[in-house]
Amino acid sequence: MTEFLMPSLGADMEAGTLVAWRKKPGDQIKRGDIIAEVDTQKGLIEVEIFESGILDQYLVSEGESVPVGTAMALIRSAEAPSSPEEKEPLVPEQKEGIPEKEPLHPILEIEEDKREEPEDLPTVSQRIKASPLARKIAAVNKIDLTSLKGTGEEGAILRRDVEKVLEEKEPAKTPPSPTAAPRSSESAASEVRKAVASAMSRANQEIPHYYLEKRIDLSNAMEWLRETNKVRSVKDRLLPVALFLRATALALDLHPTLNAVWDQGVQVQNEINIGLVLSLRTGGVVVPAIQQADTRSPDQIMQELNELIPRARALKLRSSELSTSTVTVTSLGEAGADKVYGIIYPPQVALIGFGCVVEEVIPIKGMLAIRPVVYATLAGDHRASDGLTGSRFLGSLDQFLQTPENL
Amino acid sequence: MTHDEIYNTVIQLLKEIAPDTEPGQLKPEENIRQALNIDSFDALQFIVALNTNLGIEIPEEDYEQTTTLKRLLPYLEKRSNPKSENS
Repeated sequence: MTEFLMPSLGADMEAGTLVAWRKKPGDQIKRGDIIAEVDTQKGLIEVEIFESGILDQYLVSEGESVPVGTAMALIRSAEAPSSPEEKEPLVPEQKEGIPEKEPLHPILEIEEDKREEPEDLPTVSQRIKASPLARKIAAVNKIDLTSLKGTGEEGAILRRDVEKVLEEKEPAKTPPSPTAAPRSSESAASEVRKAVASAMSRANQEIPHYYLEKRIDLSNAMEWLRETNKVRSVKDRLLPVALFLRATALALDLHPTLNAVWDQGVQVQNEINIGLVLSLRTGGVVVPAIQQADTRSPDQIMQELNELIPRARALKLRSSELSTSTVTVTSLGEAGADKVYGIIYPPQVALIGFGCVVEEVIPIKGMLAIRPVVYATLAGDHRASDGLTGSRFLGSLDQFLQTPENL
Repeated sequence: MTHDEIYNTVIQLLKEIAPDTEPGQLKPEENIRQALNIDSFDALQFIVALNTNLGIEIPEEDYEQTTTLKRLLPYLEKRSNPKSENS
């Protein structure tokens, strides 16, 4: 039996509200099925499941809001019929209408005004191996030990494991205010604002950014786009961003340490899933992922954008689209700023920015020429990579964009 | 298609793309994308929507005809009635 958990849809998400179950107990489910709809700061998300089996029972009911990592349902695995897990699933009882209190609130306790309420976190099972100090810190800060992975002997939870969780939660002090009721677009916008604020504050505190920029001659790319768009119907036309994304994916493939997450060390990711920053008309951004962008042609990327962007703007994304990015790209489009120096979205280690395409005078073979150019910038996490890697990456990006027909 | 029909379709499509704005209040010479805060992706969606709703394919080299209502409306009228330009 496995647990289906409230997913984390980004570093900034702390809790979500179950709006509706899309599968019922007894239903056969397979990897990729949408099992539930969850309301988050980033809108109503369709949550997919990543294993196959049979939905055994619900542990959370519709309308409840629970922290990230809470078991929401039990899934009977298709192959192994029943091997009851050691630990009991956690289902913190939530009172209707009371916002989820911060389960991982660190040292600062000013906002803990609901502390007098009856304990609603499950007691820690004695079967969990943890040092007495770790237990004490966890108890004081109301950390659920069953949600931790210990790094001590035989997986025992140590003080550093608990403190790591505290540290991770520290910058995100704004208590989430999830609500099951449908939200107006204004309140949705302010939720998005909060989510952005929380993630970016954390990024700025934790990540030692370094920045590099490269001017890339786009004559070939723009000419190629003009020619190919001439013979395409309006629906199939390409925007420069499709080439930028494709070239970025190919360049990342050559410099994989930029396609990684930082978790006490660089963890290079197998897939290249590019999160594309999309601004919302009402303010704020959402960052849905173009999955496995290195395996997709510019046409396929453009089709994906045509499908993804309207849904993202309507805040109707799927969980996999919000949780799987391994790197972020921001592209300012036309008539915007010339250069963008982004802030990395943790736990990622790089962000690539494209300014708007502008014409500049550049020397070519001893002559001055006027060419369309774009400034590509790299924000790198200096814990994970150095300027040399970043510099080589931008060089590769430039090279790929010089032969758009091969992208 | 009459001038009014085209105008109403254009305004309705702009409203769908930029629901928080009032395209009906656009002045003839105002830059549509700037006034309604439409980015390059949504601009392409607008061109696609014009194609779907009016059956007019606007080639890329004519995109500058879409910048203001003063240019766009006569352009669409001409393209929708190619044989009799005065109708």
